[in-house]
Amino acid sequence: MDNLLSIVTFIPALAAAIMAVFMRGENEDVQKNAKYLTLFATSITFLVSLLIYFQFDPADTGFQFVEDKDWIFGLRYKMGVDGISVLFVMLTTFVMPLTILASWDVKTRVKEYMIAFLLLETLMLGVFMALDLVLFYFFFEAGLIPMFLIIGIWGGANRIYASFKFFLYTFFGSVLMLVAMLFMYMDAQTTDIVILLDHEFAFDSFNVLGIHVVGGVQTLLFLAFFASFAVKMPMWPVHTWLPDAHVQAPTAGSVVLAAILLKMGGYGFLRFSLPMFPVGSAVMSDLVLWMSAIAIVYTSLVALVQEDMKKLIAYSSVAHMGFVTMGIFAANQQGIDGAIFQMLSHGFISAALFLCVGVIYDRMHTREITAYGGLVVNMPAYALVFMFFTMGNVGLPGTSGFVGEFLTLMGTFQVNTWVAFVATSGVIFSAAYALWLYRRVVFGDLIKGSLKTIQDMTVREKWIFAPLVVMTLLLGIYPVVVTDTISPSTTALVDSFNAAVASADVTLAATH
Amino acid sequence: MQADLSVILPEILLSLYVMAVLLLAVYTQKDKLAPMLVWLTAGIMTLLGIWIASQGPVTHVAFGGMFVDDAFARFSKVLILLSAAAVLVMGQEYMSRRGMLRFEYPLLVTLSVVGMMVMVSAGDLMALYMGLELQSLALYVVAALRRDSVKSTEAGLKYFVLGALSSGLLLYGASLVYGFAGTTQFAGIITVAQHGEVTVGLLFGLVFLISGLAFKVSAVPFHMWTPDVYEGAPTPVTAFFASAPKVAAIGLFARVMHDAFGLAVADWSQIIALISLLSMFLGSVAAIGQTNIKRMMAYSSIAHMGYALMGLAAGNELGVQALLVYMSIYVAMNIGTFAFILMLEHDGKPVTDIAALNQYAKREPGRALGMLVLLFSLAGVPPMLGFFGKFFVLRAALEAGLTWLAVAGVIASVIGAFYYLRIVYYMYFGEETDGIETNHSPVLLVCFVFGAGAMVLGMVTTLGLETAAANAASVLLQ
Repeated sequence: MDNLLSIVTFIPALAAAIMAVFMRGENEDVQKNAKYLTLFATSITFLVSLLIYFQFDPADTGFQFVEDKDWIFGLRYKMGVDGISVLFVMLTTFVMPLTILASWDVKTRVKEYMIAFLLLETLMLGVFMALDLVLFYFFFEAGLIPMFLIIGIWGGANRIYASFKFFLYTFFGSVLMLVAMLFMYMDAQTTDIVILLDHEFAFDSFNVLGIHVVGGVQTLLFLAFFASFAVKMPMWPVHTWLPDAHVQAPTAGSVVLAAILLKMGGYGFLRFSLPMFPVGSAVMSDLVLWMSAIAIVYTSLVALVQEDMKKLIAYSSVAHMGFVTMGIFAANQQGIDGAIFQMLSHGFISAALFLCVGVIYDRMHTREITAYGGLVVNMPAYALVFMFFTMGNVGLPGTSGFVGEFLTLMGTFQVNTWVAFVATSGVIFSAAYALWLYRRVVFGDLIKGSLKTIQDMTVREKWIFAPLVVMTLLLGIYPVVVTDTISPSTTALVDSFNAAVASADVTLAATH
Repeated sequence: MQADLSVILPEILLSLYVMAVLLLAVYTQKDKLAPMLVWLTAGIMTLLGIWIASQGPVTHVAFGGMFVDDAFARFSKVLILLSAAAVLVMGQEYMSRRGMLRFEYPLLVTLSVVGMMVMVSAGDLMALYMGLELQSLALYVVAALRRDSVKSTEAGLKYFVLGALSSGLLLYGASLVYGFAGTTQFAGIITVAQHGEVTVGLLFGLVFLISGLAFKVSAVPFHMWTPDVYEGAPTPVTAFFASAPKVAAIGLFARVMHDAFGLAVADWSQIIALISLLSMFLGSVAAIGQTNIKRMMAYSSIAHMGYALMGLAAGNELGVQALLVYMSIYVAMNIGTFAFILMLEHDGKPVTDIAALNQYAKREPGRALGMLVLLFSLAGVPPMLGFFGKFFVLRAALEAGLTWLAVAGVIASVIGAFYYLRIVYYMYFGEETDGIETNHSPVLLVCFVFGAGAMVLGMVTTLGLETAAANAASVLLQ
């Protein structure tokens, strides 16, 4: 199959179209059919995507399964995966069926809900596969629409503020990237990412409005892309949309947001910023490293004082994404491997944590930490699962969280010892807030009357967590499954980055 | 002579049709004929549009250069004719039920369409003015179609007074251009208006011309009439204002700038860039506070004209191509959106209050979804076709070195996204109210589905739109 990627990408969209056209009304049968069809479609997507994974040749550092067709307005529809993107594709197809399972109890507008999630999956997959700037932007931006609706229609009490904030924040970040992309098009006369990866953008310093821009065009392009990816990531100080969006989104929305949508920022840095603007990245890397370190410490401290469980986990996500940006901009093998690893691991662990909150929210309809306590008495299985993922979040050796944090810290240490030093303290804070949350919710005496009759996890809920537990352990104990796949591509990325920066230093020095 | 007449045959046919039917209707059943006339007119316009579209890529010049029939003119004419036809049939049922449908309405629209066709074919300042006035006079009357409504007459009067002022500005500019160039023909002006040799007098003339034209496209700072006229005029008329006349005015704008002043791009591109910038921002910001959907669409159209003018400000072939593509997409979006607005009613009365859309998605999920698509397209969010329109003009602006304009444009589009999202918010997230009914007229539904469908299917194929636009742009810039 030479259009395997398109098949995987558009199975969910096809299912969504079938539901939109053929399912009418809002009765029990329609709801049930919608759920099963969605689960079926996402599962099929996952199974077909396994073909990508097993046919993928890690030794080949180029793009595989490439499709290249004419598109509208003289643009090209070009898809492909390499070692960096293939695992994100797998993460997406893996998480989506679980998300659908977690949404089984949705009661209102079930059909529309499922359509939104299916379209979202198509768009997310497209982001990780697109090999054309405009196609990438197309998928990247379009994902805002279903997410906006998911938060706005099925969200919590303050959902409208959150949905608007989410949309406008990320939209604003992205449009600057669009201008930068158009500029790249002018400069390289192509939007083909494969060609652009080898294209050298000018890096002669110049003055703009009296400001001396070191690294010239590359730095400006870097900043434009940074505006988009930093918001998406999200990085401190533009992270404030994330806690709002998370708190108001329905559980499944939070899961998708944390597990996949946030990864687009990190993926963007690896796909565009580092390889295409190496000099710009090198110029800005210290700033980004410090921003990451601040993010890790600051948001960990903020997480400590949260009273809402989802908000706490949202802030912890920002901190974990801080490790990712830190690893990426350390720009060495360990750093980048660690960043990708951390993103995948966070995809499993944060998804699981949001699901954990969802489990008790479905029963008690509150996310206030103080409303809980002593859950271990009636919910032993839940306590075990929650404990496991709390440990993963803390980065306990043996879970995937440890590998990612360790690698990124190791990579950063070689580049900037102080940043690594500051960031390491974040590991301690994360243990503090995560364990404290766990103690307040699960341990203690069971004194609240409403909690005395609470039921433990159902079979469906256990099945949702099982794959996540397996993946977290697998990646923690045997990380080679990931690093073997990504290493050839990341090595190539690091080598070309170092070569570009080294030659730029030579030329910059020569002109002085 | 005969060759000249054959070049303007479409215009002649339409004019003869209007005059014949006018006489016929006066002496027979008058307004009872109106619904039939609407459909007949729309049919004739569609046929003419298809006929014009099927002509090969040749350029004819008639009446000693006064009238040009080239690929650019044909592209604009097809767009004008088809959109006018669509808007006519969309409003038929709406106006009939409210006793507004007089037999003059389709004929006045046809006359203004003739004016528009002359506008986009103008090769001379005289032809330009003739076309513009024919179009405008018909539009003034149409705006005041509901004689018994204060708002409608006010809209007509306002439009007329301000329109007359702008025509005066334009004429003054034309006389200055004539005085300093020694000719009214674009082909003659362009030999005088060479880059770096434009005299002060000619420059003054150019500025006045631009002011007059900016009024017609409702670009800031000549936009003041737009919200009032859009709100006051009956909704089908508003839909018409938002589509065909805009295409004609933008087409004329591009023709004058490139055919007459094409060798002095640097002299006008900055002015247009500023107008474009102001339009984008004012349109986006002022629309936020609107509670009437027609007023909101007025500001939306101001902002969209800003984007279209960005293509013109680029001053290159890609810019004109982008402008034509943008206008095509804009017209399709507007037809869909106004079809939706025409559907909304409460106890038989039209509804234009945005808040009335509360929880519309619960009652009419299909229509709400279609409107959602149109709104995101208007906001320029991918994957809808509206994004590609924006993409195209931004690309043209960057290629022309107008990076600041492109950056400002994308920032304005973020601001603009807010008020489109507000409608989505009412339709999907709002509180339940006693709400509105939906007019299930099949014509409206067809137009609506066409508009929304085009925004989605445009992702897959645009049916050669960009090639046609490229051909049209290339003749303008040779």
